[in-house]
Amino acid sequence: MPSSFPPGDPAPADGSLPASALTGMPQRPFSVYLHVPFCRVRCGYCDFNTYTLPELADDAAPQGYLRSALAEVEMAGGVLEGAGTPSVSTVFVGGGTPTMLPATSLGALVAAVGERWGLAPGAEVTTEANPDTITPAVAEQLAGAGFTRVSIGMQSAVPHVLRTLDRTHDPARVATAVDAVRAAGLQVSLDLIYGTPGESLEDWRASLDAVVALEPDHVSAYALVVEPGTRLHGQVRRGEVPAPEDDDEADKYELADAVLGAAGYGWYEISNWARSPERRCRHNLAYWQGADWWGVGPGAHSHVGGVRWWNVKHPRAYGDRLAQGLSPAHAREVLDDEERHDERVLLGVRLADGLPVEHLRPTGRQAVAGLVADGLLEGRAAVRGRAVLTLRGRLLADTVVHRLLL
Amino acid sequence: MPALSPLARPDSVPQPASTPPEVIRNFCIIAHIDHGKSTLADRMLQVTGVVDQRQMRAQYLDRMDIERERGITIKSQAVRMPWAVDTTYILNMIDTPGHVDFTYEVSRSLAACEGAVLLVDAAQGIEAQTLANLYLAMENDLTIIPVLNKIDLPSAQPQKYAEEIAGLIGCDPTDVLRVSGKTGEGVPELLDRIVAELPPPVGDADAPARAMIFDSVYDTYRGVITYVRVVDGSLSPRERIAMMSTKATHELLEIGAISPEPAPTQGLGVGEVGYLITGVKDVRQSKVGDTVTGERRQAAEPLGGYHDPRPMVFSGLYPIDGSDYPILRDALDKLKLNDAALVYEPETSGALGFGFRVGFLGMLHLEIVRERLEREFNLDLISTLPNVSYDVRLDDGSEFEVTNPSEFPAGKIASITEPVVRGTILAPSEFIGAIMELCQNRRGTLLGMDYLSPERVELRYTLPLAEIVFDFFDALKSRTRGYASLDYEPSGDQEADLVKVDILLQGDTVDAFSAIVHRDKAYAYGVQMAGKLKELIPRQQFEVPVQAAIGSRVIARETIRAIRKDVLAKCYGGDISRKRKLLEKQKEGKKRMKMVGSVEVPQEAFIAALSQDGSGAETAKSKK
Repeated sequence: MPSSFPPGDPAPADGSLPASALTGMPQRPFSVYLHVPFCRVRCGYCDFNTYTLPELADDAAPQGYLRSALAEVEMAGGVLEGAGTPSVSTVFVGGGTPTMLPATSLGALVAAVGERWGLAPGAEVTTEANPDTITPAVAEQLAGAGFTRVSIGMQSAVPHVLRTLDRTHDPARVATAVDAVRAAGLQVSLDLIYGTPGESLEDWRASLDAVVALEPDHVSAYALVVEPGTRLHGQVRRGEVPAPEDDDEADKYELADAVLGAAGYGWYEISNWARSPERRCRHNLAYWQGADWWGVGPGAHSHVGGVRWWNVKHPRAYGDRLAQGLSPAHAREVLDDEERHDERVLLGVRLADGLPVEHLRPTGRQAVAGLVADGLLEGRAAVRGRAVLTLRGRLLADTVVHRLLL
Repeated sequence: MPALSPLARPDSVPQPASTPPEVIRNFCIIAHIDHGKSTLADRMLQVTGVVDQRQMRAQYLDRMDIERERGITIKSQAVRMPWAVDTTYILNMIDTPGHVDFTYEVSRSLAACEGAVLLVDAAQGIEAQTLANLYLAMENDLTIIPVLNKIDLPSAQPQKYAEEIAGLIGCDPTDVLRVSGKTGEGVPELLDRIVAELPPPVGDADAPARAMIFDSVYDTYRGVITYVRVVDGSLSPRERIAMMSTKATHELLEIGAISPEPAPTQGLGVGEVGYLITGVKDVRQSKVGDTVTGERRQAAEPLGGYHDPRPMVFSGLYPIDGSDYPILRDALDKLKLNDAALVYEPETSGALGFGFRVGFLGMLHLEIVRERLEREFNLDLISTLPNVSYDVRLDDGSEFEVTNPSEFPAGKIASITEPVVRGTILAPSEFIGAIMELCQNRRGTLLGMDYLSPERVELRYTLPLAEIVFDFFDALKSRTRGYASLDYEPSGDQEADLVKVDILLQGDTVDAFSAIVHRDKAYAYGVQMAGKLKELIPRQQFEVPVQAAIGSRVIARETIRAIRKDVLAKCYGGDISRKRKLLEKQKEGKKRMKMVGSVEVPQEAFIAALSQDGSGAETAKSKK
């Protein structure tokens, strides 16, 4: 998640939610996100809420974090008590670098979630990981702790690109990690970044080819965003490295879709491809489909029944709040009907399944024909009553959303 | 009761309407902005006892907030001050506007005086505008009393600048008085000099009344207040008066003098200065320069020098929020009551919506009007590039006056005439080369050059007004490290090889950017504007050509490439609120989009492209 927060309203100290948010929870899928805010080094492009141990000047921070996160799970259980919360359909441990914690700690977090709400049969349990941190032993431990899926931050197969991104892993380690994960019986996803300064189209093709050769279940590919406050932002501002260009990123996106498509990966969200519908990341789909989830950890975001809130960012502030029995929420927003409609459109249109046209306001429905004519929405899908982006439309999704929300 | 100076006892002070001309001294102060005129005037009010310490506020005479903040005087006033020497004299201080745009008003103020205090900052020396007004005063045969102000400043160089002034007016450097408006040092001596050196007014007390209007101000409560200097005869309360230019007659509701607040008097006699109130609501009914006479006993000849104010610079003013148009209209109607030089008519722009084409005396006038509209009426405005008025003659003999480039007539042009000015530039002599280069670039013709001192030079040029309304002063300042000063006055018309350049977006003319420029500069203007717009207009779903054209001939072209990607690649749980808020902001932004053909242009792009700092173009250039 980006390191700065949107503006919001004050959140209640006890973490309580309005009754309206809790109504209907049994009918909605429920997920849990666990944020692990630690990394061994901070990468120059990264603006996520993460810290190195020297930054925190606290070697005991991971243990403290674990205690606090478990306390937040308890608090969440209390807040949702009596709402008829269904068992958890997906868990996602992200960061930071979750595998900075021992697999036993990650397992303890998952176990706490299971104890509190129960894991649904066939629940998807994912952790993010750096290639460096995955050994066969770690993979086995993760499998034993109930994980079903590992998302590996590969980013690129090209050394100079990895260097620009401050990624320290040896590209060859990715294959080892993939093998280890797969050998432990887990699904594997590889994350890529395109548009890194200095990355040529051929470099990008090399990364895509490397990914295809590793035959992961799932691939995510994100355009690099130079976020304010990152080291990379400073370098771009000072002219030390060129800024990413939209046209270059568009070329690379089209190449990714072509290479991955030819290798049998189908897009199901703008930046995500899977080898089959079963291998889509159900946790991320929950975000785009407007499901409920509780985000545990410093800076984590949550959504339950039209209420979005986010925790204080710093691990120490986070720990202090929970130690005092207070909610770690920093602020929240209670969405009105119009805002919920806008979110449904802006998220739903990102998906290959598209958005039911009947969910749009009349002006939005009228815009569909023009968007088809402009080559931004699929004509055949529109006839079936769904707004589905074309390849060109995926790159211009902002324009599409604007026109659908007129 | 104000504390009077020791020598001016109330019983010995001559009263208005019964003051013999021999004890009257009418003077004004000629000074550059920030050379300390208002502070000196404040000090005179104190020294003469007209205002006491308690009532004193800085720059007492400058009424409007804008005046006080900008430290300049827009509207003049006249204050009556007693000053006892051998007997008690009456000093009328007539304040003058201090800027190039108000030359005509200055000339009327000067015409109401017998003498002028030439006030020069002892740390800066004389400036071009001061020099221009000094020449104006000398042409009017005014007695000049040279004064160096701010002698208390550590950076003051009184000796150096006394010599410069002595050279200009032909006096001895030791004749130049040294004062400090701040401390009051030298102010009594200055008042003594005014009494001693200025001639008293001369007029025929028995002739039909003739009084010259040197200012006219609209007051919300009293209507128009007209400031006059009586030349012949006298005016009394309740009589009917006539304006000689319009023959209109009015009843005199009040007649009085200001000392320092307006107070009714038994009338005004020969040589006296005061105000009239007739109940009219529009300063156009009481025009600066006009002659007031009695209705029953009318003067045969008006006093000379009157002419109507003529707008020289035109600009389209548009409310940024189109729904503010009626507010803008009302605001202009109100300002007009107090500004005889302000002219305007409604116009419509495809790019900017509904607005007004407004005529101004010059650039400062434009700035002041715009600032007052924004500040006093809470309007957000966008103004088109200022232009001058052209006389266009077609081959078929028809003639047009063009004040808006987009109304340039179609057809074969026989001739185009543009206004020119006589410009005076004062600067340190090291900058002569830079100034000459600039003036040459702006199609100037050198008329002459004189050294005021070994280090300072006066350059005189004929320049097309169109070349200086744009950014000439800024260019001059930047080439002379801020040392040069400029003054100009209209000096007729000239025929010139001018063309209209249009800017087109995807083939549609953007009327707000049409400009009339010299043929040699058409290409530069076209390249600059097309480049600016290319940078400022966001990429659309389709390719958009930006062209500059003279008629149907394209002289410059840029292309805004079609946008290919606007999607945010990552949109997970923590990104959703931010993304939605961004969307809401963008939706607001959409409302401010203007359509030019099928091209969506954010209003900010128009504003930035029209802004005169040139930064848009500079940025565009540095990016290539």
